[in-house]
Amino acid sequence: MKWLTSLLTSSIGRKLIMALTGLFLCSFLVIHLIGNLQLLVDDGGVAFNDYAYFMTHFLPIKIVSYGLYAGIILHSIMGIALWLQNRKKKGVGYKGGKAQGSWASKNMGLLGTLILAFIFIHMGDFWFKMKFTDTLKMVSSEALGHDVKDLYKRVSIAFENPLIVIAYVIGQLVLAFHLWHGFASGFVTLGINNKKYTPIIETIGRVFAIVVPVGFVIIPILHYLGISF
Amino acid sequence: MKLHSNVPEGPLAEKWTEYKSKMNLVAPNNKRRISVIVVGTGLAGASAASTLAELGYNVKCYTFHDSPRRAHSIAAQGGINAAKNYQNDGDSVYRLFYDTIKGGDYRSREANVHRLAEVSTDIIDQCVAQGVPFAREYGGLLANRSFGGVQVSRTFYARGQTGQQLLIGAYQALERQISLGKVEMYNRHEMLDLVLVDGKARGIITRNLINGEIERHSAHCVVLATGGYGNVFYLSTNAMGSNVTAAWKAVKKGALMANPCFTQIHPTCIPVSGNYQSKLTLMSESLRNDGRVWVPKKLEDVKAIREGKKTGNDIPEVDRDYYLERRYPAFGNLVPRDVASRAAKTACDEGYGVNKTGLAVYLDFSSAIIRYGKTEAHSLGLHNPSEAKIKELGTKVVEAKYGNLFEMYEKITGENPYKLPMKIYPAVHYTMGGVWVDYNLQTNVPGLFSLGESNFSDHGANRLGASALMQGLADGYFVIPYTIGQFLSGEIRNDVPSTDLPAFAEAEKNVRDRINKFLSMKGGQSVESFHRRLGKIMWEYCGMSRNAEGLKKGRQMIRELRDEFYRDVFVPGTNEEYNPELEKANRVADFLELGEVMILDALDREESCGGHFREEYQTEEGEALRRDDVFTYVAAWEWDDEEPKVHKEELVYENVELKTRSYK
Amino acid sequence: MKLKLKIWKQKNQTAEGKFHDYNVEADEHMSFLEMLDVLNEGLLENQQEPVAFDHDCREGICGTCSLVINGRPHGPMQGTTACQLHMRHFKDGDTITIEPWRANAFPIVKDLVTDRSAFDRIIQSGGFVSVNTGQAMDGNAIPIEKDVAGEAFEAATCIGCGACVAACPNGSAMLFTSAKINHLDLLPQGKVESSKRVVKMVEKMDEEGFGNCSNVGACHVECPKEIKLENIARMNRKYFAAKLSAK
Repeated sequence: MKWLTSLLTSSIGRKLIMALTGLFLCSFLVIHLIGNLQLLVDDGGVAFNDYAYFMTHFLPIKIVSYGLYAGIILHSIMGIALWLQNRKKKGVGYKGGKAQGSWASKNMGLLGTLILAFIFIHMGDFWFKMKFTDTLKMVSSEALGHDVKDLYKRVSIAFENPLIVIAYVIGQLVLAFHLWHGFASGFVTLGINNKKYTPIIETIGRVFAIVVPVGFVIIPILHYLGISF
Repeated sequence: MKLHSNVPEGPLAEKWTEYKSKMNLVAPNNKRRISVIVVGTGLAGASAASTLAELGYNVKCYTFHDSPRRAHSIAAQGGINAAKNYQNDGDSVYRLFYDTIKGGDYRSREANVHRLAEVSTDIIDQCVAQGVPFAREYGGLLANRSFGGVQVSRTFYARGQTGQQLLIGAYQALERQISLGKVEMYNRHEMLDLVLVDGKARGIITRNLINGEIERHSAHCVVLATGGYGNVFYLSTNAMGSNVTAAWKAVKKGALMANPCFTQIHPTCIPVSGNYQSKLTLMSESLRNDGRVWVPKKLEDVKAIREGKKTGNDIPEVDRDYYLERRYPAFGNLVPRDVASRAAKTACDEGYGVNKTGLAVYLDFSSAIIRYGKTEAHSLGLHNPSEAKIKELGTKVVEAKYGNLFEMYEKITGENPYKLPMKIYPAVHYTMGGVWVDYNLQTNVPGLFSLGESNFSDHGANRLGASALMQGLADGYFVIPYTIGQFLSGEIRNDVPSTDLPAFAEAEKNVRDRINKFLSMKGGQSVESFHRRLGKIMWEYCGMSRNAEGLKKGRQMIRELRDEFYRDVFVPGTNEEYNPELEKANRVADFLELGEVMILDALDREESCGGHFREEYQTEEGEALRRDDVFTYVAAWEWDDEEPKVHKEELVYENVELKTRSYK
Repeated sequence: MKLKLKIWKQKNQTAEGKFHDYNVEADEHMSFLEMLDVLNEGLLENQQEPVAFDHDCREGICGTCSLVINGRPHGPMQGTTACQLHMRHFKDGDTITIEPWRANAFPIVKDLVTDRSAFDRIIQSGGFVSVNTGQAMDGNAIPIEKDVAGEAFEAATCIGCGACVAACPNGSAMLFTSAKINHLDLLPQGKVESSKRVVKMVEKMDEEGFGNCSNVGACHVECPKEIKLENIARMNRKYFAAKLSAK
């Protein structure tokens, strides 16, 4: 097993962990976004609450969700460790000018830390309250035939507060920058980079970095404005 | 002193093979006990150090650079010759041998040159095996191109960076031996003296350039692969650090400097633009395949160009003097380097130089662009293409062939060579002269060997293009690994000498004394300013053309300059630190002595041959006049503070007939 | 043209360093290093200590020169070493900041001179083909596709100057290391030792104290030989393959 530990502790191995967890988290973002879009359905939260119940009670999803938590933790810890280590290995920086490369690529540590902070706030507000407290009211679900927690209500209350809406807008902006570099970078790390594929991957990455955060951010905004479909 | 070339008996083509099969060997168990010092890590040094280590010797290798990979072999552009005859165009070992002898104007040793031609083919194989990415044809086989002075295509190349790729190959072989513990590498160490024990070369004194430590190193023998001395001219295509110090220390300890006046002036370099200029940049010889060299016919045009009122493009065709094509119709713009350089000088001396300093001629690609453009248009099926279209197409072809060189020209001069003709002027490039060695590449000091450009052996009075790389690698990979055994087989009973011997102590003291002298002088002039003045004297009196009167004057001036140097040089700082000014002082001091010997040699050689042109000895048409009856010898100089002495090795030509070179 | 220079001065590796201000009168035709020569000549005339900087061939191929000019390794021009950078790219009255390569793996020797021997040690760990002199077969025995030879050549044009490390905000040597690995791996002669080479060279690179690559891409932008970023991806691929294969 020495080969595995030496692989995962080498500089390239650590990149690999960042890339794999990062791309895994990207795939989660897509699922999360699709689910969240149900908040925009004008049904008083029925579809969304059923979806929330399903996501927290269906065993395979539960298992994946533990993988997700592990991914977030691993990506964060490894990312912060690399960030600190790289600062040390660079030593003194330049006074005469800035390094080349996109702003996002040079500030992944900062962006990632902000995203982590956002995740804490976000999860504390919804996930924690739903799972570990009784602050959410119960509503009956026709489809499921029993009562479920009214997460929709909690979301609605939150998104009536302009400060929270602004926090979400900022959070998604940070995420956009993180993805702007992170998505394509993950593929480079995996060794997928050549004349043919790289332009395609880069374009997908840029589109992803815009579409996903925009998708997330329109939900609180539309909610705040009272628009639904 | 009688100089023994030690050329083995037998027919020319069999000498090396015969010799190899009969020479003394050192058994593997003894090789492990023997150590060799190699100074220099260019093509010759790195290839020698790695190969000797592969054989089992313990090698200690030194370079003043921060890494062996920085040696100036890296800057060679064009290619490396080998008699592979892959092109099926009639090449052979003999033809390469003959071209080299003839190109050298019959002033090199037959047996050495033949051996060089023989091993040339092995070099290519070795380099390919090391992963040197030579240019290839579509079929996957090695590509070749032609170079000046020959009629076959035998030059292997890696775009315009052949030297770099070959050096990296040798460097990697060296690094491999370092990793195996067979080579001990000393970066940023400069050899400042040679140590003789009982008349044999047994060690060196070095200065650690980082902290100034003076160190003693001993071994069974010493190999110098320290390059040429072109920087004696201050301005040359050599790297800033290239110097003669290691070789010169050997000369001061009794080795001989052979044919020091044989200097190659390369015709196509970017001209000097101002007094601040630190070095000159070569534009590859390959450019003369398509570029046409000219100056204006009318002096009023020259004046207008110098004043910036006209450019080369404004001069009509009839008012241009394509002087190489006029003077040498048979070879035209592709005459050998020495001939092309002298012709440029003549044009400028007559007042036709085309830049502010009056020292530049045009190298013009406009007709090549038109010619290629027309061919290209034809192959694209364009009838009656416009002139702009032809130029556009032609420019593309020229760009594909010489793009990187044109780019470099533009970076340096700020002028676009696709639109304006290039300005070029000859510059010092290579030194054929060097430490005298015999067939074994051993100097007259037992146990002291010299390889590559630092020796004198293979190029006579003029070197052909793409032959320097060949010689450096031949010496290092395929000659010294054999011939060194001739000496070392007699040393197997001797241990590595102790560095506590008086000879080491004395050498170290001399080094320290000289350094202290420089540092305590606290004069008023920088080392650089002395170097620049020396360069001007050398260029003026011992440059592209020489005469007795000028040479005598030059010698006097150098002696005066040397005295002034030791009175008034300013070297800041201390020995115990990284001190580039101190390094330069050590080197310039040696150039100041070498320069005098070069002048003496030029004065002594009363003939014109190759790169050495004595104005008194020329034909009516102004061509070089060789005097084979008197000067078919190697002039090997023994240093003396007052009057250096010349020793002669007669050159015996048993296989080629001495002829006058003609390119008309 | 009159210029103000802010140059990093540091006596030796352990000493404290700081910026010094200088004024210099330059000509637009000078190379950047010739401008520094003029500065040093002036300092020496006044019996002052000159600025130490590394340089040698001055034609962009030896890889010795190593100046960070206004925050950019080798200065503002694409694909150009500091020695090939000319003063015509600056304006009269400009202030130019000159710093040494910055990375912990490249300790400062003096002023603008750094110790890049870590690169040599990376090569020692496997950047070669294990073939002794005299063992080679004929150069044409193995045909190599022209494009492949060209690609290997492009990777092999690396001059080992260290600008990639200097440019990288993480001080990573991935571009240098990958260029060598790919140069050799692309050729049949080098392929034989491919797996062993990539593992050893990456190990050595980490051991020498270079930072971790985060695909910023500054290395490629500043590389005077424009070595492609694809080399890094290719090395990653080779590294995973070597590590995950059964051997």
